[in-house]
Parts: sequence; structure tokens; C-alpha cells
Amino acid sequence: MAEATATGSASKNRLADLLSRREPEIAASWLRHQDKITRRLSAGERQEWERQSREFLGLLRSAATMGTDVSASVWEPVRHFLNDISASRARSGFSPLETASFIFSLKQPLFEALREVCGSDANAFAVEVWGTTELLDSLGLLTAEAFQKTREEVISRQQQELLELSTPVVQLWTGILALPLIGTLDSARTQVVMQNLLDAIVKTRSDFAIIDITGVPVVDTLVAQHLLKTVAAARLMGAECLISGIRPQIAQTIIHLGVDLGGVITKATLADAFALALRRSGRMFAPAPQTEAMPES
Amino acid sequence: MERIPILKMGEYLLVTIQVDMHDRRALTLQDDLTDQIVKHNSHGVLIDISALEMVDSFIGRMLGSIASMARLLDAQTVVVGMQPSVAITLVELGLSLKGIRTALDVEKGMAALRGALSDARQNGHASGQL
Amino acid sequence: MRVVNSELLELRQPEDIVQVRQAVRKKAVLLGFNLVDQTKVVTASSELARNTLDYGGGGTASIEVIENDRRGGLRVVFEDHGPGIENIELALTDGYTTGAGLGLGLSGAKRLSHEFEISSKPGSGTRVSILRWK
Repeated sequence: MAEATATGSASKNRLADLLSRREPEIAASWLRHQDKITRRLSAGERQEWERQSREFLGLLRSAATMGTDVSASVWEPVRHFLNDISASRARSGFSPLETASFIFSLKQPLFEALREVCGSDANAFAVEVWGTTELLDSLGLLTAEAFQKTREEVISRQQQELLELSTPVVQLWTGILALPLIGTLDSARTQVVMQNLLDAIVKTRSDFAIIDITGVPVVDTLVAQHLLKTVAAARLMGAECLISGIRPQIAQTIIHLGVDLGGVITKATLADAFALALRRSGRMFAPAPQTEAMPES
Repeated sequence: MERIPILKMGEYLLVTIQVDMHDRRALTLQDDLTDQIVKHNSHGVLIDISALEMVDSFIGRMLGSIASMARLLDAQTVVVGMQPSVAITLVELGLSLKGIRTALDVEKGMAALRGALSDARQNGHASGQL
Repeated sequence: MRVVNSELLELRQPEDIVQVRQAVRKKAVLLGFNLVDQTKVVTASSELARNTLDYGGGGTASIEVIENDRRGGLRVVFEDHGPGIENIELALTDGYTTGAGLGLGLSGAKRLSHEFEISSKPGSGTRVSILRWK
């Protein structure tokens, strides 16, 4: 054990020592190796990668003087740095391989430098290579995890954007909105639908919203619940909802399942619903009847 | 504890709730409002909740009580200005606010009151919502 | 799951409910919750804070910022040493109330949260915990 500790401390000092004495060559060699694996970089990207590589070597040197346990707090700047560049590369569309190669392509340059330093001491060289490999592998795993996490965030955000794009609210007339739903209505989608609809009601000061479900393949009790939630939310904003696009099969399913649409007015077509909304609007904006003094009754 | 101000707007009363409601304020508001309805013989009350970032069942209950009391005093109530995030949360919470008329803002609220009041006069009494 | 930080608030009088709401709102904003999600967690907290006061005879609310490997969240834990709840299932049904409430406190808070836990012992108290992930 004492021996292991001795070689451990020797190893950590060797690495830090190596990095401070031979940084320029290691950096140059490293960049050459990175170039081999990544796609063609623009001039700006290349400059950025060079700067990042140099910065990383500096951080690596400082941390390595204190030991090679990457989970220790002295390695926090290194971990943080790797997290950041992995995330930014994930967002920029680099592949996992290209991103991980940032770390793994550092192995060769380090081994070359170590071999020169160890000279004829094969044993020392083996120990150093092993220590360095372990270190870089842990760091490489960190970058892979950070990359994965960012990719998932990007995908999740793109899904959200798709969701919003697929639930447009259209203004048919002053005070009358239409919401043509296409596809299934699940809990997540309903949240987006409600938000879009309510925001549109506020913006256009609409009194009517026509939810057209022609494009909704199935209306079961769950979908009906989501529809009713949307209707209730719109009502709280002072807008009345009509549901249109009730196909014959949908009507049958609704009755068979005993779905209760809660008294919401439904129409077979968007046109019918629009006509009704127009009539109701007309009545709303008709001049109020003159009230005369009524005789006491 | 500041009282919530009640403004007279023509034949209607306007209550703007801007502070965080708690029990005493709610009770005081109900007392003040019923007094004012009788004092001014108002037949319409607008409750503006556009400043409320949250409505829970307590506030829902308070709004319902106000609407019921007002109805007994022959006045219609409209709650206006609910924020979209509040509406979505209320629906999720399961609070339907049935029996309470709602409108987008004060202007539409007044139009709703005019409509409700002309219905009421035709029927000879203050009708409930819907 | 780790607790990153937590804040303990007393619930002794009605004004304390307002404090709890404001504290939860602040934390939710800090965590970057969108407006609807903020409103949901604040509303759920308001319901439970009221329950703690009205039915639990007062107690505490602990607002905790938590995180696991994948994401962060906000947890609020309400505890009281009141009479406790005899029949939790019944208490969780919409409209059930032993007081003058609307009976939506527990069930509503559950609907507004991603995770919900409740434990109660008649005679010794109740603990309700709600969690909303970002």
C-alpha cells in the first residue's frame, strides 16, 4: 500500500510536472490529433478550440498537482470546464465522438511526453501510462455524460416547440377565435393548448373560441376531460367555447362511453360554429333596449 | 390592515383586489361590500382580480360568497381580469367557480352586467348566472 | 435526491399563509419555473398551508430546493401535531370537508403537483409533502 501511495504521488507530480515543462509541445500535438477526428472547423471554431485546449491544459496542470482523484474538490474547475464545452458542442451539433475526442486525443501526446521523460525506466513508464489512462478515461466519461444531458435538453426543447407550432390559434373574425386541433390531445398538449388559447383571448379580446376537433382521431373520456378543461379555462377568461368537427363516429363513441360534454355547444362543422358565433356576437353588440320607468307592479 | 377600496362607477361598484388576501381582509371586504351595495342601491358589482397571481379555494369561496350575498341584495356580480396562468391552475385544481360570472376585463365586465341586468329586469328579479 | 437548501416557516396565524406563498413563489422563480408552474406550486402550497392552520392547529412549512441527477425541483413539506386524519382516502376525495371549506385542499394540491405524499396518525398529527419538478 505504501508503495502504491508512493507511486501515486510520484505519478501526480510527474503529470503536473510534465504539463508545466512541456506544455507547448503537448498542446501542439494534441491539436493535431483533435483535427484528425473532428469535422472541418471554420477559422473561428478552430481558434476557439485552440483557446479551449490551452485553457484546459492549464486547469489540468493545477488540479494534477494535488492528486488524480477527479471527484475531489480541486478538480471542480476541470469538471466544470468539461461540462461547459461538452454542452456547447452538443448544442452546436458536434457528434459524441467529436466531443469525447477532446479528452481522448490527449492520451497520445501525453504518452509520448511521458516516454521521453521516463527514458529507459520501463516500469515507471508503465505506471505513468496506467495512471494517465485512468485519469483521462474518467474525464472522458464526464464529457460523455454532459454531452448526453445537453442533447436530451435540446431534444426536449425541440419537442416543446413542435408542440406549440402544432396548436395554432386563428382569428376568424373580431372577437372569434378558432383552434383547429390535429392529432391526439394528451395532458402535455392540453397545457400548451390552454396557454396558447388563453394568451390569444387576452391579446384579441375575443368572446368566442371554436375548438375544431376534425383532426383528432379518437375522443375518449380522457380526451373529453382535456377538452372540457380547456373550455372551462376559456370561460374563466370570459370567452365561450364551441366545439366543432364532431364526426359521426366521434358522436357515437361519445354516447357509448357516456362522455358528458357538460353542456358545451357542439356543431358538425367549423362553418356552422362560426355562423353561430357571429349571430351571438351580433346580439352582443346590438344597441341595448331603452329602459323606461316601469309602473310599480 | 388596509381595507380594500370599493369605488362607485356609475350604477356599479368596482372592487380591485391588489393585495394578498387573508381571512380578516376577506371578511372585512364582504362586510364593506354589502354595506355599499345597500347604501348606493347598486345592482352590479365588478371584482377586478387582474392583480392576483394566485387564486386558491379560499379566494374562490370568498368570490362565491360575495356573489351569493350580492344576489340576495338584488345585485349581479362579475369577476374580471383573471390571469391566464391562474385560470389554467384553477381548472387543474378543480375549482369551477360555477355560479360566478366572469369577463376578460372591466369593459367587458360592464357589458356583461348590462346584459345581465336587462335580463333581470325582464324577468322581474335578479337571476343567477347562465 | 439531494436537498440543496431549505427554509422553515411557522404557520401559526392566517398572515403566515401569505408568507409561505411568497416564499414558495420566490424559490420557484429562482429555480426558473415558468409562470404556470409557479402558480401551480404556490396554489398547492396555499391550500396545504391553510389546512395545516385550520385543521392541524398550526404547524410548519419546509420549502426545499432539491435535485437529482437529471433535474431540479421544489418540495414543500407541511407538518402539524393536530388531531390527524382518520380516513386519508376519504379526505382525498373531491368535495370532502369536515369544515366550511370546499374540500379541495388535499386532492387539489395533489393534482397540482408531480409527487404527493401524506402520512397521518389520528391523535399525533399529519405530514403532507408536495413536489414539483422543473
